[in-house]
Amino acid sequence: MDRLRFLLRRVGRFAVSLFALFALTFLLVHFVPGDPVRASLGLLAPQELVEARRQELGLDRPLPEQFARHVAALARGDLGTSLSVRRPVSEVIAERLPATLALAGGAMLIVVLAGTGLGLAAAAVGAGGRRPGADMAFNATSGLLTSTPEFVTAVALTSLFAVALSWAPVAGRGGAASYVLPTLALALGPAAALARVVRTEGLRVLEEDYMRAARARRLSAWRLYAVHALPNCLTAALTVSGLILGGLVAGTVLVENVFAWPGLGSAIVTAITQKDYPLTQGVILVLGALVLLINFGVDVLITWLDPRSALARH
Amino acid sequence: MDLTDPRWRDGRTRLGLAAGAALLALVTVGPWIAGEAAGTVRLDHMLEGPGPAGLLGTDELGRDILARVVVASRLTLGLGLVATLLGASVGVLVGALPAVTPPWVGRLIATLTNLALAFPTLLLTLFVAAILGAGAQSALLAIALAIAPIFARLTHTLAAGVGGADYVTAARALGARPLTILARHVLPNIAGPLVVTAVMAMGGAVVVLSGLSFLGLGVQAPAYDWGGLLNHALGRVWTDPAPALAPAAAIVFTGLALSLAGEAASILLGLSPVRRRPPPAARQAPASSLLSAGGLLDIGGLDVEVADARGAPLRIVKDVSFSLRAGERVAIVGESGSGKSMTVLAAAGLLDGRATASAALATFGAAPLLGARATADERRLGGEMPVIFQDPLAAFNPLLPVGVPLVEVGMRHGGLSRPAARARAAERLGEVGLIDAARRLTQPPHAFSGGMLQRAMIATALMAEPRLIIADEPTTALDVTVQRQVLERLGAACDETGAGLLLISHDLAVVAETCERVLVMYAGRLVEDLPVADLVSGPAHPYTRALLDCLLGPDADRGKPLPVLEGRPPRPEEEIAGCAFAPRCAFADARCRIETPQLAVIGARRVACWRPLQVRRAA
Repeated sequence: MDRLRFLLRRVGRFAVSLFALFALTFLLVHFVPGDPVRASLGLLAPQELVEARRQELGLDRPLPEQFARHVAALARGDLGTSLSVRRPVSEVIAERLPATLALAGGAMLIVVLAGTGLGLAAAAVGAGGRRPGADMAFNATSGLLTSTPEFVTAVALTSLFAVALSWAPVAGRGGAASYVLPTLALALGPAAALARVVRTEGLRVLEEDYMRAARARRLSAWRLYAVHALPNCLTAALTVSGLILGGLVAGTVLVENVFAWPGLGSAIVTAITQKDYPLTQGVILVLGALVLLINFGVDVLITWLDPRSALARH
Repeated sequence: MDLTDPRWRDGRTRLGLAAGAALLALVTVGPWIAGEAAGTVRLDHMLEGPGPAGLLGTDELGRDILARVVVASRLTLGLGLVATLLGASVGVLVGALPAVTPPWVGRLIATLTNLALAFPTLLLTLFVAAILGAGAQSALLAIALAIAPIFARLTHTLAAGVGGADYVTAARALGARPLTILARHVLPNIAGPLVVTAVMAMGGAVVVLSGLSFLGLGVQAPAYDWGGLLNHALGRVWTDPAPALAPAAAIVFTGLALSLAGEAASILLGLSPVRRRPPPAARQAPASSLLSAGGLLDIGGLDVEVADARGAPLRIVKDVSFSLRAGERVAIVGESGSGKSMTVLAAAGLLDGRATASAALATFGAAPLLGARATADERRLGGEMPVIFQDPLAAFNPLLPVGVPLVEVGMRHGGLSRPAARARAAERLGEVGLIDAARRLTQPPHAFSGGMLQRAMIATALMAEPRLIIADEPTTALDVTVQRQVLERLGAACDETGAGLLLISHDLAVVAETCERVLVMYAGRLVEDLPVADLVSGPAHPYTRALLDCLLGPDADRGKPLPVLEGRPPRPEEEIAGCAFAPRCAFADARCRIETPQLAVIGARRVACWRPLQVRRAA
């Protein structure tokens, strides 16, 4: 029963966050100092065009009415019309979202699998300070990867594998090979960050009485680590995963720009520089909603895997 | 500043300070040296690769790229610093507000802060950049606004912790105004964590700023920062990667250096613990007294060392030797800290990494207990030498059903299929007195009482063919009313299987009922090894005598208060000359204080004492 109430509260929080995100993106254009339409069309645009655009965007109406129209439009799946390419924003997003999702999804898979696997392995190898050398190597490598931003990783991977070795395409989205470098660029840092958390948690878990009891039963390494230790590390791993994977979604913006990846990230940069407010609003709304969805999904997963600790945390 | 303080000696402190100093040198001295080369236009050296015109090549106006990267450090780090300071100030102000406003304002601030923290920094920055347009100033504001929620939450949490402290309550009682309390008492006390977070946040700010400039949304030409230089170099990366690698390396180095510096600050401010050095490797086994072999469990000259807080080795088990015949029931008794648990864990090969054991002899059957073991031996130990732990709730995995250990032992050591193992597990649970055993197997441990879990652990020991059951104070964590039940179960389990028992206890009454022989430990040494029958008739070691007196009273006179053993056992780090018990012993003489007594055989027992008590023959 507690679990259900907890889940309902999470759903409520998700809904409130989504609404706040929506309201903020709606207000974006109103926060712009001066006249956003004039800024977007340039100083030389004729006044009639500015007036027409203002009307098209509904900016001539009172704020509450604008908001109501905005909500109604969203319910129809209408996010307005892009000022720069003169096409419905929803169409541009629908065209580019799959590329971003494929990139982010692949990277998340790598982050979760490699992060937990390597973190737990590092904990198993270094438990009790038995191998200071291995510990130091893990800490140095993961520390370096964690503090390397994704766009730097992307540039480094490109110059090494695409340019120097010609193993992978330099840019663009094509066959499976074109996914390798962008996905790695996006995944390496977050995977290292997650591995560090899992290792710390793993070291704690391996010292628990139930792990000593499991060792007393002389189980296989697989059962010892995968069946007994891993589930107890997962709650902590998941808790930080929400944060890490959310950051990964934002990271697509940078990585897509390095690899000329035809996703939302490359669209939003052009939209911001060209002051295409409807498109900017639409992309921020979608990326933001993706982040909130990930956080919500992680919360649900924690409740399902480890109801006691999720409820205790609350 | 005491440089011998372990906080200064920690390697991470030195690394962090060195990295911070290198960064500071780059920003202050670097542009002064490289400034001229960075600005000189040389049209005869345009777009050259690494060479004499530039160590890492030149740009489209022939300017030295390395020099430009060095010069750009000032703008990059300057903007990062200003953005961090601005964001931290705003955040601290917002986070401290709830201390002086009505509660609903505080709740609203907390909600908004949490909402903002749900979004990644880069996304928030893009939002602000979309409003303010591309440019260095808008990037700075965007980063400051994105950082502020981090500090708001931290301040809120820390201030709430300090707000309840006695000195704040006292100041409030004396009539100090909220703002005064905030400025005088709260903020100074939470400054440490805020500083550490600011150092680390600045690393993040530099990375995000570089990202924005890299996207063309941050610093605009002709000004240049690392992100801008990287963006610029990306266009020619397939002909010449060197110009891209320099700003990339600078960004990574800055992020790394600031996170190391933050860690160093955290250690110096006493917020992170100083790292302990790993324990020393196992030493050569000591020459041991009275080795005997040929029993079921043979331990000779066992030493266990752990590392203390400073990393120095502490010998907590010293030269312990004993032997168990098949089916024999033996107890180890002693005060807490006497090393009895460590002795048994070492014998079972279950010490964790912080303790190291060495022994001249340690075998179970033919299987060696310390060091490398053949897989077959390892597997035999799991079935033949089950261990029952002190705290049953902690010894069951909280996320797995109670039946899992039983089924595991049945399958791995009992040679059963999964269904057969399940059936036997239900049977064994029933035998130890759990009702509705088949259903109980699938329930999580927190659905059981301690006594039930301990009986389930006994059932686990019975899943294969146990030859020696090791039980480490199996009843200490249990309710007094179920202690007897569990001990009886344990005795019955040994009766039924013919298994031996190695029982750790500090309760001589329990020992006398359950076991045949007693090993008495004091300060890491085995001081007496005697049959239970002799325990009552008269121990030879004064310490055993004293333990017995505590239990029975010298005259078993219930009118008098129980005698208490004066003094305390020596701490493991104390240097002991002679017999460790001598300071508390009524019979000790000069020799006892100088020379360590070795175990000597007296009849059916072994005693380590220079002045053993008269052994009365049992009537």
